[in-house]
Amino acid sequence: MSTLSLAVRDSTTMLRRNLLHARRYPSLTLNLLLTPVMLLLLFVYIFGDTMSAGMGAGADRDAYVAYLVPGLILMTIGSTTIGTAVSVSNDMSEGVIARFRTMAIHRGSVLIGHVIGSVLQSVLSVVFVGVVAVAIGFRSTDATALEWLAAFGLLVLFATALTWIAVGMGLISPNAEAASNNALPLIFLPLISSTFVPIDAMPGWFQPIAEYQPFTPAIETLRGLLLGTEIGHNGWLALVWCLALTVLGYFWSKSVFDRDPR
Amino acid sequence: MPSAVMPTSGRGAAGGPAPAAISAVGLRKSFGDKVVLDGIDLRIPAGSVFALLGPNGAGKTTVVKILSTLITADGGEARVGGHDLATQAQSVRAAIGVTGQFSAVDGLITGEENMLLMADLNHLSKAEGQRVAAELLERFDLVEAAKKPASTYSGGMKRRLDIAMTLVGGPRIIFLDEPTTGLDPRSRHNMWRIIRQLVTGGTTVFLTTQYLEEADELADRIAVLNGGRIVAEGSADELKRLVPGGHVRLRFTDPAAYRAATDALADAARDDEALTLQIPNDGTQRELRAVLDRLDAAGIEADELTVHTPDLDDVFFALTGSTAVPAQADQSKETVR
Repeated sequence: MSTLSLAVRDSTTMLRRNLLHARRYPSLTLNLLLTPVMLLLLFVYIFGDTMSAGMGAGADRDAYVAYLVPGLILMTIGSTTIGTAVSVSNDMSEGVIARFRTMAIHRGSVLIGHVIGSVLQSVLSVVFVGVVAVAIGFRSTDATALEWLAAFGLLVLFATALTWIAVGMGLISPNAEAASNNALPLIFLPLISSTFVPIDAMPGWFQPIAEYQPFTPAIETLRGLLLGTEIGHNGWLALVWCLALTVLGYFWSKSVFDRDPR
Repeated sequence: MPSAVMPTSGRGAAGGPAPAAISAVGLRKSFGDKVVLDGIDLRIPAGSVFALLGPNGAGKTTVVKILSTLITADGGEARVGGHDLATQAQSVRAAIGVTGQFSAVDGLITGEENMLLMADLNHLSKAEGQRVAAELLERFDLVEAAKKPASTYSGGMKRRLDIAMTLVGGPRIIFLDEPTTGLDPRSRHNMWRIIRQLVTGGTTVFLTTQYLEEADELADRIAVLNGGRIVAEGSADELKRLVPGGHVRLRFTDPAAYRAATDALADAARDDEALTLQIPNDGTQRELRAVLDRLDAAGIEADELTVHTPDLDDVFFALTGSTAVPAQADQSKETVR
């Protein structure tokens, strides 16, 4: 069997294993979905009037829903990948991983299975949050089919990038608690991005941090695609972030996994 | 007791040795500044059962981890299944099956799913995989539990599933790291039966154990590992010859009777605390009668007489100089009268 077909076959097997885990024990995924959904409802129904008042003349609650949803969708991905870090860490403490290491299988398949499984979960979570968003009044403003496709592509790329980083975090964490702590930036970063308020509304010294961290360019790009706002340099910035994090996360995870197990 | 150490190289095999399934020269491994393996040499003929015996912390698991490609050695060379460990790890992996000390089953999925997972990873076709999985579940008495999550299994069931998973790919060499630790006596005997069956198919078994009885029962050759070195190697009988022969032990409850006996039997080893005497004896009927005749002639009436034949316990203590009591006492070796 060639290396590539071995990789595909074993990764598919590992993916099936991870999906079986997720299907059999959905509580982790569902818990992680709670955060973005609660934040969505909180900011729309509790803080909505204040937030929309801050957005300038004529803005009402619906305008704020539109502003908020793209960021929360990306936050959903961040939140899902915390689950990835936890389940990778849990998995590594299982004896069965040692067994995999002594089998003549594609070495990376264990990690690739986790990544693909987690990206699929991210997509499902995004669909779920998206449905809630539509239910409370979110509408895209005449996005074309191409823009929808690009939005979907962006979400998959972004999920892949964060997932590889989360896999690395899971690998270096000795247990599930440590994994969920180490992965905290993945849910913390969207809080200090343009998810809730525009960058302009933040203190001047903080604006560069908020503007160039990985979430903001992706959020602004998604807004542009769905709502027709200006994307500008955020498009390629988001792309660079996604590719850079993917490459970084991949090589980091691979090198940690290839070390002698603890 | 260095005088008891047998040379571990250049032994036996005059009449055309079987090809080695596993061979190692000078394996070394340290964790930090702690030396765990300090130069291990091994040669295990194909189709045999080899037991690596040693107390906790002797480095048994480290040997298994190195030979099964899980971790790399700091020094030395090894070939497993004819493949070099350092340069052909993937070929080694294709030849071996490993059942580690800690259960290597996926607890979140069912026993059957675990088996099918192994079939997929061994690249069996779907039909073939299902056939092999069903066959092994049957053979290891797991059919009833097959649809339950493996995390709900008892220790013995988990171990059986573990070995069943190891066998899916039909490995020629199997590593079993303490396969019966933590099992109740029935499960242990069950596991022994399973291991014996493996060998009849020509599989080479590398087994680690802290149970002397287990090595005695199963292994063709035994190596005693202590402090990162192999301190003796040979068959169970060869090892037993390393220690002084058997004895008869007399136990007294009356100190006066004990003193009288010590006077009459000057050649006996005394234990004044326990009021026992040990007389060298090989346990044959003739020698035993001679001892009884002597006792009768001297008018000695011991409260208890036991015949003790040398077993691996004696070897173990003699070689490891350890006071650690092995995890089981083997009453069957002593005949109580």
